[in-house]
Amino acid sequence: MRKYKISSNLAISENGFLFYPLTGESFTVNQMGVQILNLLKKEEKPEQIISAIIDEYDTDHATAERDLGEFLTQLKNYKLVNEL
Amino acid sequence: MDKKVYERPVIIKQYSGLMNKFGGTTDQTPIKDIDGVSVKQLVEDFGSPLFVMSEDKIRANQRKMLRIFKTRYPKVQFAWSYKTNYLDSVCSVFHQEGSWAEVVSEFEYDKARKLGVPGEKIIFNGPEKSSSALIKAIKENAKIHIDHFDELYQIIEITESLNLKANVAIRVNMDVGIYPKWDRFGFNYENGEAEAALRRIVVNDKLNLIGLHTHIGTYIMSAEPYRLAAVKIVELFNKLIDEYDITLEYIDMGGGLPSNNTLKGQYLEADQILPSYEQFADAVTSPLFDTKLSGDKMPLLILESGRALIDDAGYLISEVIGNKRLADGRRAVILNAGVNLLFTSFWFKHKIVPAQDTGGFTENSSVYGPLCMNIDCLREEIVLPALKRKDHVVILNTGAYSVTQWMQFITMRPKVVMIMQDKTVELIRDSENLEYITSPEKLPEKLKEFSL
Amino acid sequence: MKIGITGLNNVDSPGPGVPVIRAIKDKYKSNCTIIGLIYDSLEPGAYMENVAEKSYMIPYPSSGLDSLLIRLKKIHEIEKFDIIIPTLDSELYGFVKLTPKLEEMGIKTFLPTLDQLNFRAKDKLYDFFKNSGIRVPKNILITSPEDFKKFEDEFEYPVVIKGIFYDAYIVKNEDEAISAFNKMRFKWGVPIIVQEFVKGDEYNVAALGDGTGAMVGGVPMKKLTITDKGKAWAGITIADPDLKELAEKIMDKLKWRSGIELEFVKEEKSNEYYLLEVNPRFPAWVYLAVAAGQNLPAALIDLMNGKEVKKFTEYEIGKIFIRYSWDLITDIKKFEEITVKGVLSNG
Repeated sequence: MRKYKISSNLAISENGFLFYPLTGESFTVNQMGVQILNLLKKEEKPEQIISAIIDEYDTDHATAERDLGEFLTQLKNYKLVNEL
Repeated sequence: MDKKVYERPVIIKQYSGLMNKFGGTTDQTPIKDIDGVSVKQLVEDFGSPLFVMSEDKIRANQRKMLRIFKTRYPKVQFAWSYKTNYLDSVCSVFHQEGSWAEVVSEFEYDKARKLGVPGEKIIFNGPEKSSSALIKAIKENAKIHIDHFDELYQIIEITESLNLKANVAIRVNMDVGIYPKWDRFGFNYENGEAEAALRRIVVNDKLNLIGLHTHIGTYIMSAEPYRLAAVKIVELFNKLIDEYDITLEYIDMGGGLPSNNTLKGQYLEADQILPSYEQFADAVTSPLFDTKLSGDKMPLLILESGRALIDDAGYLISEVIGNKRLADGRRAVILNAGVNLLFTSFWFKHKIVPAQDTGGFTENSSVYGPLCMNIDCLREEIVLPALKRKDHVVILNTGAYSVTQWMQFITMRPKVVMIMQDKTVELIRDSENLEYITSPEKLPEKLKEFSL
Repeated sequence: MKIGITGLNNVDSPGPGVPVIRAIKDKYKSNCTIIGLIYDSLEPGAYMENVAEKSYMIPYPSSGLDSLLIRLKKIHEIEKFDIIIPTLDSELYGFVKLTPKLEEMGIKTFLPTLDQLNFRAKDKLYDFFKNSGIRVPKNILITSPEDFKKFEDEFEYPVVIKGIFYDAYIVKNEDEAISAFNKMRFKWGVPIIVQEFVKGDEYNVAALGDGTGAMVGGVPMKKLTITDKGKAWAGITIADPDLKELAEKIMDKLKWRSGIELEFVKEEKSNEYYLLEVNPRFPAWVYLAVAAGQNLPAALIDLMNGKEVKKFTEYEIGKIFIRYSWDLITDIKKFEEITVKGVLSNG
């Protein structure tokens, strides 16, 4: 999976509220989403994110990879991340 | 160490105007069991998709409806509308509850007879009755509800040539202020056709006129049309007494009562706008006290309620095949049950509820079936939590018309089970197999050989 | 006394929640706590000062009664409501059906019955008031655009095309009718109402019925100017004994139990009032009635509390309301709070 860079100054609150100051758009994300966004902020690669998820949660690699891929596509469509 | 429960990551954009209309959290509770039997167990034992009928609910519905009508009118008889669900087990529950059979084809007639319903307790409705079916029904004293003049003459011909006497009623249609007007069935009241038919019947000594029948439509959302229909039927009833000195045994007010399913295009949910069954019963019964008869002589009221008695006793369990993002960002869920099994989803917004715990985060989703056709959509829009492959959902209010209108298209129809009152689960219709589908087929000899 | 109120959407087509709260606070001051119940995280009433102490998101009635009830139960555990006042048309059916359940929870409401709601529904009004001496423009229901052809003989254009809950368009020919029909169908579903167009000035009455047929109070208003959506922008209280008498007659026939708005047109030709619509809740301009001397929302609270309520007989004529807009400034933190947690404190 390719690496993604999260847009700088995207404000992520702990309870899942996202505000993108450049466009004025806001979003809500669930807890898993918050966790992934924070990992992206730390510039973790998708593979590292997947490992972190399967370490902590009751899921398998395939599921985590598939869901992460879809989540990243959505983030890309909302222009919240850039593909590197 | 136990790992945390995994939930798929979800992001939802907030749109002003309809903020949070669909996103956010809900308190939807999953349906993990039906009548005390776990959905998981049902799927393990019988596979999915799986239709589940509840014996308990059917009996409760029938008893409640009977009570509602009996407390308003002394002589009430229900006739189970076979077309709504003619599985033998379902029909038998209704017959055990005392319901007669209401059939609309020779196939249904034979099915009722095979189950042991005596001819005189079968109401034979519908616009198409073959000569062979009519002869059988007349010989067995069934109650034949005549739909049009050609059928009337067909019956007269049969009774004369075979020297038989037929028990008949006519179906009457009328303007009760609702659209669409169901004037394609039966004889029209306003234009005098109904009376003309009655006149033709009463002068024929081979025809025994025993009742009047009307059926104003389906999924009728207000009670008033029933009152208007009953008033007009009672006028005809009284006219027969006055002018021909004929007293009929019964008035059949048909069915058409709505169930708790919400129609597409309806903004509010059905449970918010539909009148109660008590209100319908008031409307149907109160004009009946205006017949010229009283006490024991009052006509029997026959009701052919279908969906109102069975819809919420039926469940369809289905499995999530996959998830998808549509081009516009909407979530799509693909199930292994589609419009092939749930024909009624063309006009109803069936409730779809997860069968296991899910995260609280919900999203507006479209729900599709497994067919390779664009029309195979169960819900264009429904708020659902994140569902994984192999999760299960329970589709509610699927007891009416689904197992009679289902299609075999590209796949085989699944099992139907009934949860009995003692919580045991009985297989009441097995899944179809290749043999079942192909056994009526005939392959010409010269087509049998090919080499590829 | 803790009161939950809906309709805090004080926007260009405002809900009546905020003016109802203002009226109640006028009388009960610090003896009441107002909890807003909102459907949209941007309903202004949730952010305004001195309106609701707290506001909770609740699910739309169209998403089903079960989820609404579950949500209300949860909020009730925290807030312990004494009273809930729904103020929007489309939610009323739901709240009326929930009344027994709310009562079990110890929450009072003061609502019409389902039958009454049905009689006053736009599509039933004509039939209900037939032969009662109350004029109502003729109307019929249609479910498809083809129906316009069928009813050609019964109506003359222009006609009014109305949604079952909201919206109305005046159309001059079949083409316009079909386009209006389609707009409405996508928004509110079918059926759509086609109504005879009565030309004349519009008059409205805000009133309160006690459920026995008596009108506790009622104030007539003439719209001075309207917005492009047809909503009153400014209006003035007027004195017309005929209109008051007519309103009382309607209340007696309906046996209305709750706040209500009656909409009339005084036909130019005949000078007769036609009842156009019965809205099953107070209008958004109800505070004009309060300012004119009839605090109808406070009287509604008294009725709920079983107090004896004296009939209002007088009101000040020539009181004017002018609706204005005001840009409220708030912080994204508040928006986040309501969006994520579904509750916003504004104390």
